[in-house]
Amino acid sequence: MASRFTVSNRTGWLMAGPAVLLIAGFVILPFLLAVGLSFTNQRLVSPNPTEFVGLANYNQLLDLALLTVEPLKDDAGQTVLKDGVPEYPPIRSLTRNNPDRPDLNGMREWFSFSSGGDARLVVLARDVVFMKAIVNTFTFVIVVAPVQAGLALCLALLINQRLKGINIFRAIYFMPVVVSIVVVSLLWRLIYDGQSGLLNNLLGTLSFGMIPPIDWLGNPSTALGSIIAMSIWQAVGFHMVIWLSGLQTISPTLYEAAAIEGASKWQVFRYITWPGLRNTAVLILIVITMQAFGLFAQIDVMTNGGPLDSTHTIVFQAIERGYGKQDISGGSTISVILFVIVLSISLIQRWLTREKS
Amino acid sequence: MASITLRDVRKSYGNAHVIKGVDIDIQDGEFCVFVGPSGCGKSTLLRMIAGLEDITSGSLAIGDTVVNDLPPAQRGVAMVFQSYAIFPHMTVRENVAFGLTIAGASKAEKDAKVAEAARILQMEHLLDRRPSQLSGGQRQRVAIGRAIVRKPEVFLFDEPLSNLDAALRMDMRMEIGKLHQQLGATMIYVTHDQVEAMTLADKIVVLRDGKVMQIGAPMDLYHDPANLFVAGFLGAPSMNFIDVTVKAVNGNSALVFNDALDPVEVSARRGPFRVGDRAILGLRPQYLSIAEGPGKLHGTVALTERLGAETVVEVALRNGKAVIAALSHDAVYPIGSAVDLGFDPAQAHLFQPEE
Ligand SMILES: Nc1ncnc2c1ncn2[C@@H]1O[C@H](COP(=O)(O)OP(=O)(O)O)[C@@H](O)[C@H]1O
Ligand SMILES: [Mg+2]
Repeated sequence: MASRFTVSNRTGWLMAGPAVLLIAGFVILPFLLAVGLSFTNQRLVSPNPTEFVGLANYNQLLDLALLTVEPLKDDAGQTVLKDGVPEYPPIRSLTRNNPDRPDLNGMREWFSFSSGGDARLVVLARDVVFMKAIVNTFTFVIVVAPVQAGLALCLALLINQRLKGINIFRAIYFMPVVVSIVVVSLLWRLIYDGQSGLLNNLLGTLSFGMIPPIDWLGNPSTALGSIIAMSIWQAVGFHMVIWLSGLQTISPTLYEAAAIEGASKWQVFRYITWPGLRNTAVLILIVITMQAFGLFAQIDVMTNGGPLDSTHTIVFQAIERGYGKQDISGGSTISVILFVIVLSISLIQRWLTREKS
Repeated sequence: MASITLRDVRKSYGNAHVIKGVDIDIQDGEFCVFVGPSGCGKSTLLRMIAGLEDITSGSLAIGDTVVNDLPPAQRGVAMVFQSYAIFPHMTVRENVAFGLTIAGASKAEKDAKVAEAARILQMEHLLDRRPSQLSGGQRQRVAIGRAIVRKPEVFLFDEPLSNLDAALRMDMRMEIGKLHQQLGATMIYVTHDQVEAMTLADKIVVLRDGKVMQIGAPMDLYHDPANLFVAGFLGAPSMNFIDVTVKAVNGNSALVFNDALDPVEVSARRGPFRVGDRAILGLRPQYLSIAEGPGKLHGTVALTERLGAETVVEVALRNGKAVIAALSHDAVYPIGSAVDLGFDPAQAHLFQPEE
């Protein structure tokens, strides 16, 4: 006999209702809107009617071009040298009103490299800042995912012991997770302060003044690294707890069997612990990757994308455009691009870590 | 030589005394079974021998070496766990070869030894499967395979068959017996099942509440139990216990009786007994028979169970107590009919009552 609880559809929907409504209102609808708006020129407030613009927004963000630039020649056909290196014409002169390449109009140099001879290959992007944001975001993900996961695993292994007072350590490592990321970012702005920050003081004291103060967040070469370090520290406790739960699913008798066979600590990890953590590892990798792609609050609080655009990220760009510049369609387009990137990466991860039979 | 000697071995968890002073001698090549009810400390004792639990006090020697402080790997023991403890992510081959992999053996050596173990356990066809594709009995074979490849001097089994169904349990029991004959190693086998203990053991150690109740060969324990606990624990159906009064003591025997029992002279070697004492007479159901003429025990039939070759009769005695007789033939006894039971006094055991 079917139970009243398994057939009572109306009750089921009633109970799921609030969650379904909220998810529909705050996730599904905005997502569909974003996809729709990314094909228009919608602005936050504008007197003009919205128009359908096709892929123009995507083109504006993602358009890239390659340009070969020859060095300047003097009248005799000799390469002009300046301080011993060949001099090149300004890129602007080649992109603006160039009758041969009308498609380059409005593009700027992203980076360039030498192509063997004197000629240089210049990669042009229509939106250089967005390109930098993509590179920064990927850098962040590629560093944070393995380092944070690895560190969290080490902590979990250390903490998964029956020692007196081990719970104190568990609590300490988990503490940063419960503090809001905005608060953490504010605190770390003080730690990273260029003049009298805690970090500079610490380094100065430890090195007896050999290391001069560094403006961690004000220097393009250290800003992103500093944010990476802080972000790893902040969430490592969360992933430690997930690893810990994975560790505790491994049957203690497996360890006893290994002890009787004479396995060393490393062999125990290699043959029992690590294979037993497989599913946990997949989960943690995917979660960290997703979170890392969403990097925003730290940037917003600590650097605002600077210095010299060195800490712009995809989400920061989406919000800055959508609200800062009131360019809703541009922000929506960035969101859709991020969605496609994250979706492809998690599909690839799923495929790479699939159960091989 | 892998004899095993325990001297006054104790184990406490804080204030909980689990093993309370145990002395056991196990000869090289002997099959020794620790048997006792659940929670009596069998596993704890075995894990102390394996090195998985510290020994609180006393000494444990394997061969001539005291191994109290040696790690498990250096004791030359292999262990088979109740839950099998085979590694879920490895194939059967990798599982069986695990000890060799750990020791850094060559591939050729591993292949040869795994093949030999597989032949002994008749599981050649399983080698490339994963544990999830195996039945319970096959998993237990893998666990045993992993134990035998290293050729240890001592095998430890902790209730290896209790997760298997009855038919399989009997098969595996026989195989473990055969394995012992083939390998000739010392084996210690923990079980709460007295049938496994009786059939497999050279030597049985009966444990209760962390203390040894009796040690001996299965038939010695069966025919001459040292106390009420051992008498009641071994044998099925279990021994009948009848409260009696001692009427006379005559050297090594005593004359006992009660309302339902005519005075009978039985051995008093588990004494001492004095005239007028209360005592307990133990009678195995198999040694009771329905008397043709006047018997020694008087009562009425309360229940009969006909099993074909055997008939189990419950007899309500005149004094209100019940005894069970297991008769080795098929017969019908109407419920309520008066019967007299007879027995050979040489097969009766007299015990002092437990406090
Ligand atoms: N780690 C422990 N801490 C406290 N008591 C324990 C511990 N391990 C076992 N015991 C106790 O020791 C007794 C014997 O356990 P065990 O050896 O597992 O019994 P069994 O004979 O069923 O194998 C049980 O009463 C159990 O509660
Ligand atoms: Mg046990």
